[in-house]
Amino acid sequence: MGNIAELEKIASQVRRDIVRMVHSCQSGHPGGSLGCTEYLIALYFSIMKHDTKFNMKGIEEDLFFISNGHISPVFYSVLARVGYFDVSELATFRKINSRLQGHPATEEGLPGIRMSAGSLGQGLSVACGAALAKRLNNDPRNTFCLMGDGEQQEGQVWEAAMFAAHNKLDHLIATIDYNGQQIDGPVDEVLSLGDLAGKYKAFGWTVLCCEGNDMSAILSMLNEAIDHTGNGKPIMILMKTAMGKGVDFMEGSHKWHGIPPNDVQLEDALNQLEETLGDY
Amino acid sequence: MRYQYTEKKDTRSGFGDGLTALGRSHPGVVALCADLVGSLKMANFIKENPSRFFQMGISEANMMGTAAGLATAGKIPFTGTFANFSTGRVYDQLRQSIAYSEKNVKVCASHAGLTLGEDGATHQILEDVGMVKMLPNFTVIVPCDYHQTKAATIAIADHEGPVYLRFGRPSWPIFTNPEEPFVIGKAQKMISGSDVTIMAYGHMVWKAIEAEAILAAEGFSVEVINMHTIKPLDVSAILDSVNKTRCIVTAEEHNINGGLGESVARVVGQNHPCPQEFVAVNDTFGESGTPDQLLEKYGLSAKNIVTAAKRAIERK
Repeated sequence: MGNIAELEKIASQVRRDIVRMVHSCQSGHPGGSLGCTEYLIALYFSIMKHDTKFNMKGIEEDLFFISNGHISPVFYSVLARVGYFDVSELATFRKINSRLQGHPATEEGLPGIRMSAGSLGQGLSVACGAALAKRLNNDPRNTFCLMGDGEQQEGQVWEAAMFAAHNKLDHLIATIDYNGQQIDGPVDEVLSLGDLAGKYKAFGWTVLCCEGNDMSAILSMLNEAIDHTGNGKPIMILMKTAMGKGVDFMEGSHKWHGIPPNDVQLEDALNQLEETLGDY
Repeated sequence: MRYQYTEKKDTRSGFGDGLTALGRSHPGVVALCADLVGSLKMANFIKENPSRFFQMGISEANMMGTAAGLATAGKIPFTGTFANFSTGRVYDQLRQSIAYSEKNVKVCASHAGLTLGEDGATHQILEDVGMVKMLPNFTVIVPCDYHQTKAATIAIADHEGPVYLRFGRPSWPIFTNPEEPFVIGKAQKMISGSDVTIMAYGHMVWKAIEAEAILAAEGFSVEVINMHTIKPLDVSAILDSVNKTRCIVTAEEHNINGGLGESVARVVGQNHPCPQEFVAVNDTFGESGTPDQLLEKYGLSAKNIVTAAKRAIERK
């Protein structure tokens, strides 16, 4: 599926899922979830070769590892909407006895989840390991990884960045959700990342930049990234997004990093997001 | 002495030789090392399987995450670095990327405990067993000599799930049977006796055997058990022994807090309350010195075990 209009319809529904999920349990992280909606839909509905009859090893499949696990609402919604499990299960998010834990977990056996993520900075290392395994298996498929921008403050990220370049993991395509916000405020005020593109270039990566809330742009960028695979360098996409994208009162503010809407705010948000595929 | 030895060797060499054997028998086994190939005795595996070895540099957190990623695809990763850098430095990675994510990673940790020697307290971790035994899904194993370390290294490859395998640096008596298969979770009775149980793991098993010889000469009947698997704990081995001896000494190259002693105390307290004495490091850091000097100074000698055993017997 590559039709932009179709993918945008899915995006509207996924955004409804996100705000309804965090409203229902009155917890969770809507901001980053709304900002990464186009990216995850592009990956799962268009870019990646993957099998919704989930197999942990993912041999001959493209793999995706989420490192910023707090944006689990968008991850779960996209996994459900693409067919890994029934959308009705989204109603259980963050509730007792659910497979949809606050942060992704393998323990509950939710199809589509290969790793736990939540404590930041670990996902790029895991993606490096998965990419190494593909190389050992002569499996040519790609490994994708999504991180947050605030997460770049974790030292382990740079260990993995060094390792990926040294080992020429050129089927590794990482993306940073570059929304400029973290819990305590703008990233530039909390702990500036400086020239992030320059840093990854200096570490030996191919660095690409794109607008992440434009479905057409993100699809083009992911395809361009795939064109760069096999060139001896890992690939980093700096993806400019707006935290809270799609809901006007959430957009662009770190305040909606980890706060759920109340009843009135939910109604306001849903009025801005067309129900295209039917609510769960 | 009930056991004799003709040769001494470091347990880390048992790991290295076990890994070499796995390289030949288990195509899924891969190895990672954080700039300590020589110390971990991994050179032979690397020579025979260059494409299955990953030099990680001095970046242990990345090593644990990379191992988890390799395990996701069905590989059996063995990570190698010092025990300090295998646990305390990477506890969150062990917790989230390996234990909680249920990854089949074998965390192989050398230079544990005081017997690391001259490098001193920065490297002499005495808290690792406690840290890892608290992580759900982890199995914790500390073999007692070269042969057993080799056998344990081979055995954990066929065990599905995260394993912490702890071994050490010093040359140490070899006294187990090289033909004996290693059974995870099954305590090994080294000597049968009826007056007191001495339960030890790692290097301290040999110290327990030395202590038994001293006690036997004084007329005591001592049972020595090698509790090489700290988790899951062989509860029936503990209870079978204390049902007979009615008192127990635990001996370990570890902080008294969080070690085997506390695990045994829980089992005994719940099922068969009886006197227990603890031979362990008394909540301090180590220091530079030779292994023997350090074991002596920090109360982990055969004499210390003898004294503890007599105290336990008196308290019955």
